[in-house]
Amino acid sequence: MTSTTPKKRLTTSAMIASFADPGQRTTSAPFGHALNRLAEQRPEVVGLSADLAKYTDMHVFRDAHPDRFFQMGMAEQSLLGAAAGMAEVGLVPFASTYSVFATRRAYDFLCLDIAEPGLNVNVVGALPGLTTGYGPSHQATEDLAILRGCPGLTVVDPCDSVDIEQAVPALADHPGPTYLRLLRGAVPTVLDEYDYRFELGKAAELRTGRDVVLISTGLMTMRALQAAARLEADHVDVAVLHVPTVKPLDTEAILRAARTDRLVVTLENHTVVGGLAEAVASTLAFAGATTRVVPVALPDEFLAAGALPTLHDRYGLSTDAVVARVRAELGGATAPRWVSEPAPATA
Amino acid sequence: MTSLTTPTPTTPEAAPRTGDRAERIERIRRAAHRIRHNALDMGEVQGQGYIGQALGVADVLATVYTDQLRFRPEDPHWPDRDRFLLSIGHYAIALYAALAEAGTVPLEELETYGSDESRLPMSAMASYTPGVEISGGSLGHGLPVATGMALGLRHQGNGARVLNLLSDGELDEGSTWEAALACAHHGLDNVTAIVDVNALQADGPTAGVLRTEPVTDKWRAFGWHALRVDGNDVGALVDAFDELRAHRGSPSVLVCDTRIGCGVPLLESREKAHFMRVEEHEWQIARDQLEEGLPR
Repeated sequence: MTSTTPKKRLTTSAMIASFADPGQRTTSAPFGHALNRLAEQRPEVVGLSADLAKYTDMHVFRDAHPDRFFQMGMAEQSLLGAAAGMAEVGLVPFASTYSVFATRRAYDFLCLDIAEPGLNVNVVGALPGLTTGYGPSHQATEDLAILRGCPGLTVVDPCDSVDIEQAVPALADHPGPTYLRLLRGAVPTVLDEYDYRFELGKAAELRTGRDVVLISTGLMTMRALQAAARLEADHVDVAVLHVPTVKPLDTEAILRAARTDRLVVTLENHTVVGGLAEAVASTLAFAGATTRVVPVALPDEFLAAGALPTLHDRYGLSTDAVVARVRAELGGATAPRWVSEPAPATA
Repeated sequence: MTSLTTPTPTTPEAAPRTGDRAERIERIRRAAHRIRHNALDMGEVQGQGYIGQALGVADVLATVYTDQLRFRPEDPHWPDRDRFLLSIGHYAIALYAALAEAGTVPLEELETYGSDESRLPMSAMASYTPGVEISGGSLGHGLPVATGMALGLRHQGNGARVLNLLSDGELDEGSTWEAALACAHHGLDNVTAIVDVNALQADGPTAGVLRTEPVTDKWRAFGWHALRVDGNDVGALVDAFDELRAHRGSPSVLVCDTRIGCGVPLLESREKAHFMRVEEHEWQIARDQLEEGLPR
């Protein structure tokens, strides 16, 4: 950057503990507290981490149940193999690390030790997609692409603290293996304003609309709701279908949503390759639907380091970027080229 | 190794370690002979395969299954059973031969080895075969899973042991050492690793592929109680397993030097190969040589 403006630039540590907007309602460490509540009811629930308990909200469980927490050290293959071994003897493990390590580094162990035997192991991955400014080493931008190919694995991308709190007991109840894209720290609380309950494998229509349907997963549902409210002011009627379970996909709900003359937009905190956009597109194509799908997703490239608000603008995930993209699609104008033109929109 | 007295069992049910040392050794030797015989029969079905490794590890498996392991052949999911984890999936031929000897797999089923619809696939998988605890084959998985089982069993107050048979080639895998750290850190004295050092891996001798020696020193440096024996000397195996069983406070490992093709001179003297070719007429010669060797 060659700007010489004296204005203080955002730093990487902005949003390091939370991607919540300023002033947004949040809940602290919803995963850790939900796991504690679950542990009180189910003595077989145990927790493991690979030197990241403190950074995956697992420390809340560790402090409340020290005898049921197992520190595996910075060794993710051992973490997932050991979680499988614990499930083999009847325990219900939640194993937390960063998504990059659970998927890229230890995938063979997730696949063969956990998924192939169909064990009730719940892998919890923090920093999914673009939720850190540390660059590709920490940004799990392709975790869904890797894991969607794994047979029998349930993949959940929660929107907010409400989703996480309700998903944790549902994941433990599910007899097979699961992967949760964790939002940690001060997590936005959004869905309690809607008539919504998390149901594993089910999509939920959070608002109806005649002109556009936003099919979204993870934190992008929060952005979709914000974008819909902004577009409403422009008299654009936008529906939002939240898809917290990416696999198995609620194909019925998606086909129902897409089989209209509305503009269909998918939104995900993940690369455009192999995530929600392609899951929706293949669902439509396999069913013979010819609806065009507009993907709001991260580009197929290694992303930059920096401050998250800047990066979300640059790569098209910010609410401003979503609104602009929908307007461009509706107006027939050329969509802004967020990737190659890093000039950030105003927050 | 000197002869050691049998330790008092600390688990709810004693393993079948009855009789004096000489009787135990003789019983194990006869079991090892039958395991080798089973393996040759299975090898003939495929015409080739991991017969060299199976013959080499037969004495170890015979000691484990007839003398050390606590299990119920008719109830492979008995919660209090000792777990035997085979991470080297291609040793399936040897494990099936041992499970038939143990009574978990019917002897007559061995002829289906590696055939369509068989419960005995070429690489061992838990979902296919009673008595097979994990699906190995992708190496470096056994010890991590053993770690979790041992942590879980201890957490549940279950005195069962977890044994993991790995190979010297498998020591190339970093995950083995991740788990070795974890077992020592957590003081998992209910874990016993068995390393079959046949000094051979897929691309050639271990010393040339990726040097793993000094193997015993490495385990000791990782905080394990480590012994090394001739893995084809049943007396040494019995004494070592007895000592490891009594050891408390840290995980144990038995490093076993084994000879590929052991018990069948024809195969023992053949050029060492990970995947050994045996001609059609040689299987009967191999069985004859095995029979000749028993009384020694």
